[in-house]
Amino acid sequence: MSDTEQNQIHEAITRAISEHDTILFMKGTPEAPACGFSARTVAALQALQAPFAAVDVLPDPRIREELSAISQWPTIPQLFVRGELVGGCDIVMEMYESGELAQTLGVEGNDAEHGRKPPDEAAAVAAGLTQIENRLG
Amino acid sequence: MPNAEEIKQRIEAAIPGARAEVEDWTGGGDHFKATVTAAAFAGRSRIEQHRLVYDVFGAEIGGPIHALSLKTQSAG
Repeated sequence: MSDTEQNQIHEAITRAISEHDTILFMKGTPEAPACGFSARTVAALQALQAPFAAVDVLPDPRIREELSAISQWPTIPQLFVRGELVGGCDIVMEMYESGELAQTLGVEGNDAEHGRKPPDEAAAVAAGLTQIENRLG
Repeated sequence: MPNAEEIKQRIEAAIPGARAEVEDWTGGGDHFKATVTAAAFAGRSRIEQHRLVYDVFGAEIGGPIHALSLKTQSAG
């Protein structure tokens, strides 16, 4: 594994975090979560009808490595809002139950005006990261 | 592989004044749930509080400790 490849992954992750207001790094996808913690976190976001981008960390172990180095957080899932780590499943669920999550995401009194992000966006974020893996062939 | 009692002791030793309740969530020895109360948590965000606990275990999180679910609160 070269430094360049690691740097590319690092850059792709930091770019994704800065480009998306709400982004969840998880195991699996929102449609098919691969672990209970990721599933619960996704469910909280979906219950609030909050638009979010999602990145599956499973395809490449380096995604998780770089992410943890960036966020200084050891576990998956990780939810970032406006560039900042909000937390993992435990914190997101606490905030969901207290109403803080809705506030943080700006979806209080959510109604039809707040649409979902089109599925393409989530796929594009994930593709951006896995493209690194593909280019390394 | 640590057990719940060991995890509790390590948290309480590392964070001054902390009281930890730790359960082995699945009975399988690698999936734990901890409630930690400490004056040291006062004024810190949840993230900071959780990081203080995760830091006790370092690289063991995700390894021998497959999952450590946390609830933290500052001492009343």
